[in-house]
Amino acid sequence: MEQVPVSEDYKFGFNDGDIGILKLDKGLNEAIVREISRIKEEPEWMTEFRVKAYHHFVNTPMQNWGADLSHLDFESIRYYVKPSERAEHSWEDVPTEIKDTFEKLGIPEAEQKFLAGVSTQYESEVVYHSIHKELEDKGVIFLDTDSALREHPDLFKKYFAKLIPYTDNKFSALNTAVWSGGSFIYVPKGVKLDQPLQSYFRINSENMGQFERTLIIVDEGADVHYVEGCTAPTYSTDSLHSAVVEIYVEKGGRCRYTTIQNWSNNVYNLVTKRALCEEAASMEWIDGNIGSKVTMKYPAVVLKGDYSKGTTISIAVASAGQHQDAGAKMIHLGRNTASTIISKSIARNGGNVTYRGLVEHGAKAIGAKSNIECDTIIMDEISKSDTIPFNKIKNGLSTLEHEAKVSKVSEEQLFYLMSRGLSEEKATEMIVMGFIEPFARELPMEYAVELNQLMKMEMEGSIG
Amino acid sequence: MSQPKLEITNLQAAVEDKTILKGINLTVRGGEIHAIMGPNGNGKSTLAGVLMGNPKYQVCSGTATLDEADLLALPVDERSKAGMFLAMQYPSEIGGVTNADFLRSAVNAHRGEGNEIGLFPFVKKLNQSVKKLEMREDLPHRYLNEGFSGGEKKRNEILQMMMLEPKMAILDEIDSGLDIDALRIVGTNVTQLVKDREQEMGVILITHYQRLLDYIQPDFVHVLIDGQIVKTGGPELAKRLEEDGYDWLKEELGLKSLTLEADTEETTRPANIGACGTRQKLGL
Repeated sequence: MEQVPVSEDYKFGFNDGDIGILKLDKGLNEAIVREISRIKEEPEWMTEFRVKAYHHFVNTPMQNWGADLSHLDFESIRYYVKPSERAEHSWEDVPTEIKDTFEKLGIPEAEQKFLAGVSTQYESEVVYHSIHKELEDKGVIFLDTDSALREHPDLFKKYFAKLIPYTDNKFSALNTAVWSGGSFIYVPKGVKLDQPLQSYFRINSENMGQFERTLIIVDEGADVHYVEGCTAPTYSTDSLHSAVVEIYVEKGGRCRYTTIQNWSNNVYNLVTKRALCEEAASMEWIDGNIGSKVTMKYPAVVLKGDYSKGTTISIAVASAGQHQDAGAKMIHLGRNTASTIISKSIARNGGNVTYRGLVEHGAKAIGAKSNIECDTIIMDEISKSDTIPFNKIKNGLSTLEHEAKVSKVSEEQLFYLMSRGLSEEKATEMIVMGFIEPFARELPMEYAVELNQLMKMEMEGSIG
Repeated sequence: MSQPKLEITNLQAAVEDKTILKGINLTVRGGEIHAIMGPNGNGKSTLAGVLMGNPKYQVCSGTATLDEADLLALPVDERSKAGMFLAMQYPSEIGGVTNADFLRSAVNAHRGEGNEIGLFPFVKKLNQSVKKLEMREDLPHRYLNEGFSGGEKKRNEILQMMMLEPKMAILDEIDSGLDIDALRIVGTNVTQLVKDREQEMGVILITHYQRLLDYIQPDFVHVLIDGQIVKTGGPELAKRLEEDGYDWLKEELGLKSLTLEADTEETTRPANIGACGTRQKLGL
């Protein structure tokens, strides 16, 4: 049995002790799926839906492409932990232990300064949740997904699992069977939110999977930016994070979804994210992958409506023992649809990064335009990078440009910067930070700062 | 303020086992401007690179000191901090890093921890320099040399020199890629800087053309051929070279048999004989 190394310098790798009130046994069977649904007091349709998804999960073979998942043991994972009785609306009611953890992550301050609303996930259940009055007045719904099922059953049922059915892939089936928490956002027609909505996700129980389910509906002409940040403490056995995110952007609407995941380096991060754009709608995925042991994530935009637009800007950083297999999918169905993919990868210290992307121009996607740019820096001889683009063009009246570049931190650039007095370490850092700048500039200020710090921590000791 | 002194003694250096510099002797003091001329492929840029510490070159023997600092023993960044500056012939492009961020980091690296330059004085000095060099106003926010024209890159080198205030500046073919206006701007700024700094900065100009020397009046002109300084004179030497080329000099020095073009040199001269790598192996 291979021992997974414990990272000693993982910044957020603290552990507050196990405070989960309710824990189910490890492993998965139909009874556990039913139990999860029972504890959550869900309507019967959801219970049966979960069970169907569970059977599909069991009957679906493990995929044989992408990253190596052979060490992932579904039986060693706990599929549900409930940390406190219910979602809280006021900060005062949140248990102290949980607050302490958030304090270390700087959540309350971040809230004061930047948040319009907070939905913070701790273990499997959302424990703290608040909506700024302004949002309520505008009719915006910002809930944890469990509450949304209770409070807005019709809206929920209309959209849930329609874009990513449980039959989509093995992990969407798993998520559908055991999902818990996540964010539910509805932005009414014409409502534009100036400040991003944010959520902090966190795994804090050994061998506990996290299966949040996020559903975002941006109505006609509305505009929202949702920011999800992930950090996880370090454990010595494998954890699984397998989320499903579905986003609907109606006519003329715009949605931006920003994530920087920094899972500790024993987490399998296997996520399905997909957005559907109606006419003249716009979807932007800003996707950062720094942590985890294995990530497989390819945010997708289905450009159904004419003149709709999809953008994915991503970075992936892989160090020793890490494989980032990430990319983007753009499915052009409507006319004059446009997509942009900018992917920046860094492999160092024996890490492995793969860009895997799919761009498809359907038979009716006349005038579709795609721009794909994949850049990779390989920092040393032992690291590895692959670029695997699939381009399917089914009509003769669309254009696609693909540019891929792999480079090393060049001796020439280092010499240039060092000749101005910068140390080798500082010069390398500057070149790397410059490399990911097209991603960093898309982030809200405090996330850009956090990314900076994370990258500096990552780069430390990479010289010599 | 003291007058710096760069002292190069019997410097020999090679690139990929081929000896380029075959014993350079040169002393440059603060306030002096030295022009180094010579045909292509004879070691001018090698000399610049070796002094700054370009890893492409291997030093075989000799010394180079700037005041007390033993340059050849220092890593590149320490040479810069000791006061060396090299305006490069082909400056690198660094995407995603703004000129302002880069320059501020560089200035602070020189000043040291706890003595960082304030934002306001930095911006003021940067803007003044941008103005003097008649560069685009948005320069601080543009990425370092990315998408710059040849002339902009060269002016940016001079800008960095103005910001870092070195003791000894080597300008490697700073005139190539400059149109006549840019040449004037660069030339007058370098001259002014040397003047303003009184005896605190020396300059080594590497150039092919008299036209740069119309704007920067050298005190000394050296001719570098086949890895050695074969002749030293005043400004009149540069003028003669401009008018008559190098043939008269070759004749005078008995260098007739030597082919001076870099391309043919490689094929006519046995690559390894005399290369310092070989010499070292043989213990010579």
